[in-house]
Amino acid sequence: MTSSSRFTSYTLLLTVVIAALSAKSATAQGPTPTDDEVNRVAKQLYCPVCESTPLDACPTEACRQWRDLIRTMLAEGKSDSEIKQYFVEHYGARVLAEPPNRLVAYLVPAIAILLGTLLLFRGFQIWMKPSTAEAGGVSAQQEAKPAQDPYVARLEEELKKRN
Amino acid sequence: MIANFGYGVLFITFLVTLYSVSAAIYGERKHIPAMVESARRAMLLTWPLLTLTAGVLIYLLTHNHYEVQFVYEVTSRSMPTYLKVTAWWGGQAGSLLFWSWLMSAFASLVTLRKWDRDREFLPWVIVVACVTMAFFIGINVFFENPFAQLYQTGAGIAAHTFKPANGILFTPQDGRGLNPLLRHPGMIIHPPMLYLGFVSFVIPFAFAFAALITGRTDDRWIRLTRRWALWAWLFLSFGLVLGSRWAYDVLGWGGFWGWDPVEIAALMPWLTGTAFLHSVMIQEKRGMLKHWNMLLVILTYDLVIFGTFLTRSGILSSVHAFAQSAIGPFFFGFIGLTFMASVALLIYRWDSLKSETEMTSLLSREALFLLNNLLFMSILVVCFWGVIFPLISELFTGQKVTVGPPFYERATAPLFASLMLLMGVAPLSAWGHSTIKTLGRAIWKPIIGAVAITAVLFVTYTQRVGALLGFFLIALVILVTIYEYLRGAYARQRSQDENIFTALWSLTERNRRRYGGYIIHISMMLMAIGILGIESFQVETQGRIGVGESLNLSNYTVTYRELASWDDEPKGVNYTRAVVDIYRNGIYLGELHPRRDYYYDSQQAMTIPGERATLRDDLYVLLIDWEPASTTGATFKVFVNPLVNWLWLGSFIFLAGIIIAAWPEEEMERVAVPVRRTIPQTSAAD
Repeated sequence: MTSSSRFTSYTLLLTVVIAALSAKSATAQGPTPTDDEVNRVAKQLYCPVCESTPLDACPTEACRQWRDLIRTMLAEGKSDSEIKQYFVEHYGARVLAEPPNRLVAYLVPAIAILLGTLLLFRGFQIWMKPSTAEAGGVSAQQEAKPAQDPYVARLEEELKKRN
Repeated sequence: MIANFGYGVLFITFLVTLYSVSAAIYGERKHIPAMVESARRAMLLTWPLLTLTAGVLIYLLTHNHYEVQFVYEVTSRSMPTYLKVTAWWGGQAGSLLFWSWLMSAFASLVTLRKWDRDREFLPWVIVVACVTMAFFIGINVFFENPFAQLYQTGAGIAAHTFKPANGILFTPQDGRGLNPLLRHPGMIIHPPMLYLGFVSFVIPFAFAFAALITGRTDDRWIRLTRRWALWAWLFLSFGLVLGSRWAYDVLGWGGFWGWDPVEIAALMPWLTGTAFLHSVMIQEKRGMLKHWNMLLVILTYDLVIFGTFLTRSGILSSVHAFAQSAIGPFFFGFIGLTFMASVALLIYRWDSLKSETEMTSLLSREALFLLNNLLFMSILVVCFWGVIFPLISELFTGQKVTVGPPFYERATAPLFASLMLLMGVAPLSAWGHSTIKTLGRAIWKPIIGAVAITAVLFVTYTQRVGALLGFFLIALVILVTIYEYLRGAYARQRSQDENIFTALWSLTERNRRRYGGYIIHISMMLMAIGILGIESFQVETQGRIGVGESLNLSNYTVTYRELASWDDEPKGVNYTRAVVDIYRNGIYLGELHPRRDYYYDSQQAMTIPGERATLRDDLYVLLIDWEPASTTGATFKVFVNPLVNWLWLGSFIFLAGIIIAAWPEEEMERVAVPVRRTIPQTSAAD
């Protein structure tokens, strides 16, 4: 091998190495993501194997690997939602902290509470109707009730005086 | 052999409860008092019988009888004796037996009281208590036998209640050991507390059921059981707090409440129980809401059963797990049956439960109490829906989903805020009648105080609107409560010519339930400060640092000094402990020791945080990972949890408040006893 051809092959090798390095730096944007960045994403995900454990807090080996996966994906420049999407595709919707169909999840209790409120106010209306007719009777009874307990009566009296 | 004896006693207890139920019903129907008395005595027999059963189980646990499956699963040779005893409630079969044992103790306590005035309730209280017990003992007898032994047959090793044909008893050398998470002191006391709360709520239900079935639907059942309900509430609340503290100390994620279905299962009966404690007051004072109170007590009972089931099984995680489990359908059948039977009775007695008075004002105390009930029920609806939603989703769409903290926090935050506002207003409103004017006159001073406090916090602490709103509500409730307390004390001081401290004391003494309740309100607000603090201001960081390097968070600096790892062979634990120095604004505060305990028997690790607690905040350092060979680098996770210690402080005050409210009143008893021959503990007025 001549010296010139050796030189050419060295340059070729160098070019390949540089090309490989530059290709790597093109995908890895900036330095390795910190633990805090990984946890920020992991917090929004649930461990696919353990019940009800957020991924950032799960101590199992499997979860450690999933966190490493998040780190790699962050290093590749993937966004939070892309990473979450990846996890949903691979492990199902249960890795999300909330059901994907938020409407149903929130609507049902909201309707139930609304119904309860309506029922209560309908109840108020029914209860209050007769009392307007016999307002005198009720207030008399009210006066009589506290008087059964002499201590409470005294207390009430004092309070009235103060007011 | 001993295991078979234990199973035999358990089976006999099961028969005794069944006999008690039949004898009580038969005696009541045929009017044979001797039969009812026989049922009562049979019920009294359950406690000694179950104590014997439990004694046998504890003997097996403490004497390494690993041929018994339950003993094999929850203990190991390296565990100290006290942990072997508490392993009794460390697994499903044992904890169900523990439930029955507590239930039998409470049922016995109830039947030992004098029944002169309430003869007609007795058979039905026995029926409810014994049906409940028969259900739980039945699960132990037929599905979850704690005495099942391991036998080797041609098909392999499996647990059997009776020796199978050609089976040879199999005794493992050592047990698997208790889950290390359950070896924490908090976990040793937390389940008994929770179960005490669960079990004691069965008693008010038993009386309510008796009142419905006998048609004696006046306030008697409430007067008989309200102190039970208060104690039940105390145990349940304390169980919840202990559970939170345990989670904070052991689970290693920097929080105390994760909206896990298991936690919610324990919270749900607490919600209905709390609503019940408030609405019984309306029935006592105004003779209203009788249907509602019945319904609340029925709901609480069934949520207790639901909670017991959920806390140990984890079965609701999937439809598959539910369908596979033998006891799942059985539990739901029981809950459905008791609920329908009770509601049917309630409808049958509907007319006799009519209100005695009318509602007169939307601002009256009874109206506000009703709103309080509405809010508690709304939180219950959110919780219940959150717990069952994954099941429904899987059933209808086949999609497994998680309902986690974001859902619960978003859905319950406005409800909790409204509850706090109500806590601020309701103590100032009057029974029967209140107007905007009377309320306004009472509340303006506390409002000004709360605004002032919020303004100070705005300048000095935080500018976040949500947090400020929370602090305003907390300040309002505390000020209103103190104001209301002082108003009463001043009135008393004038009329009785006492000094203010004597007046405060005697005011509380005379109206234990009311002022105990106010102390509970204040303690709840202190706890709310802690919850608001950790929810709004928690910060965290994680990083790998070498010896001498630091992590900075908030004003804190955590510097890694050293790390050591060693085995404790008798205990079967490997400890890895780091020493970190901590500084605040550059000032040295001391050292913390976050560590990781690895248990060889169960092959599980536990992360124990290093904590530095002050009323301002909690510095919480976790050891996440380390280099095994060089011990030069280690990964730490650091949390700063502002104000969280107010939560624990509040829980102590809470305990004091509830004891004041629930303590039997001796003075009133002396007056009450000679007048009407009734039961001392329950005749005392509030």
